[in-house]
Amino acid sequence: MSLDTRTVRRIAKLARIGIDDAEAEGLARELGGILGWVEQLDEVEIAGVPPMIGTGLAAPRAREDVVTDGTVTGGACREAVLSNAPDRVEAFFTVPKVVE
Amino acid sequence: MSYVIEGRTGAWEIVVGLEVHAQVISNAKLFSGASAAYGGEPNTHVSLIDAGFPGMLPVLNHECVAQAVRTGLGLNATIHLESRFDRKNYFYADLPQGYQISQFAHPIVGEGKVLIDLADGGQREIGITRLHLEQDAGKSMHDQDPTRSFIDLNRAGVALMEIVSEPDIRSPEEAGAYLRKLRQILRYIGTCDGNMEEGSMRADVNVSVRKAGEAYRTRCEIKNVNSIRFVMQAIEVEAARQVEIWESGGVVDQETRLFDSARGETRSLRTKEDAHDYRYFPDPDLLPLVISRDWVEALKAALPELPEAKRLRLEAEYGVSRYESGVLTAEQAVADFYEEVAKASDPKLAVNWMLGDFFAALNRTGKSIDESPVSAAGLSELLALIKDATINGKIAKDVLEAMVETGESAAEIVERKGLRQVTDTGAIEGAIRDILAANADKVAEYKSGKEKLFGFFVGQTMKAMKGKGNPAMVNDLLARLLAE
Repeated sequence: MSLDTRTVRRIAKLARIGIDDAEAEGLARELGGILGWVEQLDEVEIAGVPPMIGTGLAAPRAREDVVTDGTVTGGACREAVLSNAPDRVEAFFTVPKVVE
Repeated sequence: MSYVIEGRTGAWEIVVGLEVHAQVISNAKLFSGASAAYGGEPNTHVSLIDAGFPGMLPVLNHECVAQAVRTGLGLNATIHLESRFDRKNYFYADLPQGYQISQFAHPIVGEGKVLIDLADGGQREIGITRLHLEQDAGKSMHDQDPTRSFIDLNRAGVALMEIVSEPDIRSPEEAGAYLRKLRQILRYIGTCDGNMEEGSMRADVNVSVRKAGEAYRTRCEIKNVNSIRFVMQAIEVEAARQVEIWESGGVVDQETRLFDSARGETRSLRTKEDAHDYRYFPDPDLLPLVISRDWVEALKAALPELPEAKRLRLEAEYGVSRYESGVLTAEQAVADFYEEVAKASDPKLAVNWMLGDFFAALNRTGKSIDESPVSAAGLSELLALIKDATINGKIAKDVLEAMVETGESAAEIVERKGLRQVTDTGAIEGAIRDILAANADKVAEYKSGKEKLFGFFVGQTMKAMKGKGNPAMVNDLLARLLAE
């Protein structure tokens, strides 16, 4: 499967990744190569085989309905959560205004 | 029952489907150990998972799954023993992960149905398409600063149930009835508090219009409507807008709109192209959710009695009317209160008093049934005093008021104020004779045919007896003495 640059630019836009036209061409070739490699799987005969969505060996882990994080860590969690915020105001993250 | 919009080109019917987001009642969030409680100082109910830190893995809160299953059972729906979680990808400042974990292709609950109650006493069945579990987003505040939006992640990751109805709703009234019924069921089961003001229940409303017998036309989705009244208003104005477009030769565009309650109109939410390409894919961090039939059966066995079943039982067991059973079961606490009073006194007397003077007293004092100044035992005692003829109904009203005011028991008030009903024939007869003697002219008028004066004599006698006469005895004796 080959990718055209239009599709590449659309994927980049959805992922909020800025690329220019030259990069788009290169990425189209690279991504196309990856897809082509994965397409080898099409050669496997899977008629009648149900999709495998897990190994079946591991039961999903589940947690009890108990508060173990956030306020119970004495507010330390808030500091950790906000530690990388580039423009913190008091206890809030801030972002450029997202409504008119 | 049928609701139509009369346009220039004829009658239009409306087609509505609702997507309700109901916040699951749980201690912790869907995939993290942070508190799911409403409120809280900003960014204190947040774990590193909710904040989207790299390398953090979600672990499913089993109680949230149980809540979804309970709700599905309450909606008479199919429970899927295997379901999966998908990532719904989009970028927004209050979604730190860059995706919402939701259930797209394989929801935990499939088709079900809800019976709604209409104003004319009729009922209609509204189909449920599905119910799935997903994460809530954080909260953005846009009014704190001129150039920046503030983000609080306390709600990010809280479990939501998205409950999708079939497009079976045909009027604003039915939409309101559906939401009320859904909220009632959620509250009975204890899976969502249904508090729309705090945002724990919100609705996306899909509206289209069509001529009778037509296939569906294009629909618009009105996002995030936060009260039942607004949902009803939004449907009305949106349907009128669409009729106007079709009738003036235009075409309704499928789009997302918002309801402006202040202006009473819906407005297009301009969205960038591609905004709805969510690129769903199975979340590789989460294995498929597999639950056992036995577990589902155990949850089913532990469900409380649901509103409709309770209603039918109250009608059968206590002989209350269809209307009365509806009022009594609107809230579980009211039904419990009623049953306690009905068992301890008299079912008919109990329903009359609860729907009448008792509710009036609650309204007057602004109290809910849980904070009632008069307990079920207290009301039962009052009704018992009426039943054994210690006091009459008129006096009982005053006693109830005194109970609300002072918190004293009915018996205490009756004793203290000397309100016992007079059932002594001699005393009543004496009072009547005095009245008749003092009103000889009226007695003459009565005897010459002015029979409506009977009520006057009853009134005067009761007044003379300070309201304490036994009404039936007063009537009987008066009739006899006037015939003398």
